[in-house]
Amino acid sequence: MRRAAAVRGLLLLLAVGVVALLPAVISDYRALELGYVAIYFIAMIGLNILTGFAGQISLGHGAFMGIGGYTTAILAANHGVNDLATLPLAGLVAGVVGFLFGFPALRLAGVYLALATFALAVALPSLAKKFEGITGGSNGIFLPRIAPSGDWLYYVSWSVALIMFTLAWILVRGRLGRTFRAIRDSEIAAVSSGISLSRYKTIAFGISAFYAGVAGALLAIPTGAIFPETFPASLSILLLTGVVVGGVGSLWGMLIGALFVQFIPVYGSDWLRNLLEPLGVDIADTTPGVPAVLYGTILLAVLLLARSGVAGLVQRAANSLTNRFNLRQLQRHITPSRREA
Amino acid sequence: MVLAMDWGLLAQQIVSGLALGAVYGSLALALVLIHRTTNVVNFAQGEMAMFTTYIAWSLNHHMSYWPAFLLTLAIAFAGGAAIERTVIRPVERGSPLTVIMITIALFVIFGGLASWIWTGEERDFPTPFAPQPIRIAGVTFGRHEIAVIVITLATVIVLWAFFRFTKLGLAMRAAAIGPEASRLLGVRVGSMFALGWGFAALLGAVSGMMVAPLLVLSPTMMQPILIYAFAAAVLGGIDSPAGAVIGGLALGVGINLLATYVDFVTSELELPVAFAILIGVLLLRPAGVFGRVVARRV
Repeated sequence: MRRAAAVRGLLLLLAVGVVALLPAVISDYRALELGYVAIYFIAMIGLNILTGFAGQISLGHGAFMGIGGYTTAILAANHGVNDLATLPLAGLVAGVVGFLFGFPALRLAGVYLALATFALAVALPSLAKKFEGITGGSNGIFLPRIAPSGDWLYYVSWSVALIMFTLAWILVRGRLGRTFRAIRDSEIAAVSSGISLSRYKTIAFGISAFYAGVAGALLAIPTGAIFPETFPASLSILLLTGVVVGGVGSLWGMLIGALFVQFIPVYGSDWLRNLLEPLGVDIADTTPGVPAVLYGTILLAVLLLARSGVAGLVQRAANSLTNRFNLRQLQRHITPSRREA
Repeated sequence: MVLAMDWGLLAQQIVSGLALGAVYGSLALALVLIHRTTNVVNFAQGEMAMFTTYIAWSLNHHMSYWPAFLLTLAIAFAGGAAIERTVIRPVERGSPLTVIMITIALFVIFGGLASWIWTGEERDFPTPFAPQPIRIAGVTFGRHEIAVIVITLATVIVLWAFFRFTKLGLAMRAAAIGPEASRLLGVRVGSMFALGWGFAALLGAVSGMMVAPLLVLSPTMMQPILIYAFAAAVLGGIDSPAGAVIGGLALGVGINLLATYVDFVTSELELPVAFAILIGVLLLRPAGVFGRVVARRV
């Protein structure tokens, strides 16, 4: 057990080291893309706390990102606040909205909750267009600056991601995480042990929306502008897709999910073209819809074949490796005695 | 204000609201049908409808309207049943998250396939009805709008009669209410579920082909309509077929009248209004207006 913890700690240190040094060897544009990965990573950690740990479905996390994004944009553009300084407040505003949304969500379970949150995701861009006075409508809001470079964005968003990941890691291992898991596994058993469902479900929504709000605020920074279309309903779907592919209930799996969300839509067509070219199927450079087909199919395959996502597959592989290792240790202990006999 | 009321405008708005409402209602009915049989809310219902409408658009280049219409219905039916058999069956007993995500995967795949095959360009979808409006009592109505109301409601009535009066319909209802008992009585429950998905896809195809001439055919055409259909289904009670249709009609007329007579409600606010209705109903009367309150056994 202690060895496993040590291995895990080493892996984490290694990962932080790689992330810290990576910009030295990659292009500025690649760093920008990986900066976006960190942003999705943060949002998906939050979504996974809600879905993977507290067992509540949200198809509306793009909307909470939108609330965070607009908070930052309004503060930076209209009130001259430094954009990075607005991050905690953006998270807080989204968190409060998420907490309040948790109350109606209390009465809903499963499909109804999915419906309500999805409707929230669809309604937000329309609302942003309607209330032009606050959001600038379709013209959007322009921040005083855009991200100076890809490397800059990379370091900013990965630093925030590291903090948020650590907080989440502490949270899910503590009392709150245990409470969430109890609710997920059996609401009746949780209530019987004295857990207040309404209190902890709304808290889960609030924390989860806080993460989304911080991620949404970061999303406003690289381009220096946000529009209602920055947070479409498809963003919410993409986030939940990433959570499922990465592994529901696994925090580090969200890294895989975030890479999936960032790179499949952008490079999916290229990969598929190279894959299908030998078979005589020609995909034009500009064919729309190809990435969507690809990521939908991957999602379907994960759901049907590997329900615990990539994280689950890795966990299973690691388990079988350690089992084999332990077995060998065991055999080494046994063999000499057999020889003596 | 009341004296200056334009009754002709009111009648026109009610009729076009009913036309849209019939479309929302039939898609909502498709959702209810699937929810009753397999306990799934099918997020892909709208995209499946959009996809079959594109198939009809392609068929229209090779044959006249009505043969293409019927052939599309057959394709939709077979496709819906095939989807149930291949991807829904394996996760039927899974958690709600898994089943919802499967339908979302279908949503993404159908949307992508439609853009891939037919490109993202907007297309004009034909209507078999003459463009000249009908005049009733001095007020003009669009011929297609009247036809949409008639055709969608006729489809709904035929389906209702099927469930009410045929042996197969009875077997499908039995499979939905008590799968175990039905299986013991010799009903092939699995096939009934597949049929349910087939009928739902067929209803979706009707709603897609009816609404496409009112809007333009594009890969995202059905997305707002799906939200209205969700709201209609929840308003009527997600297990009540009649409630879904009435909910759809009420929503269509209500939103049209709000948009016409309340200045504040512009086109951007129509979706949020549907969202507000959805949340409001879920909070105040989760079983819907026509739904039965189900006591949960713990």
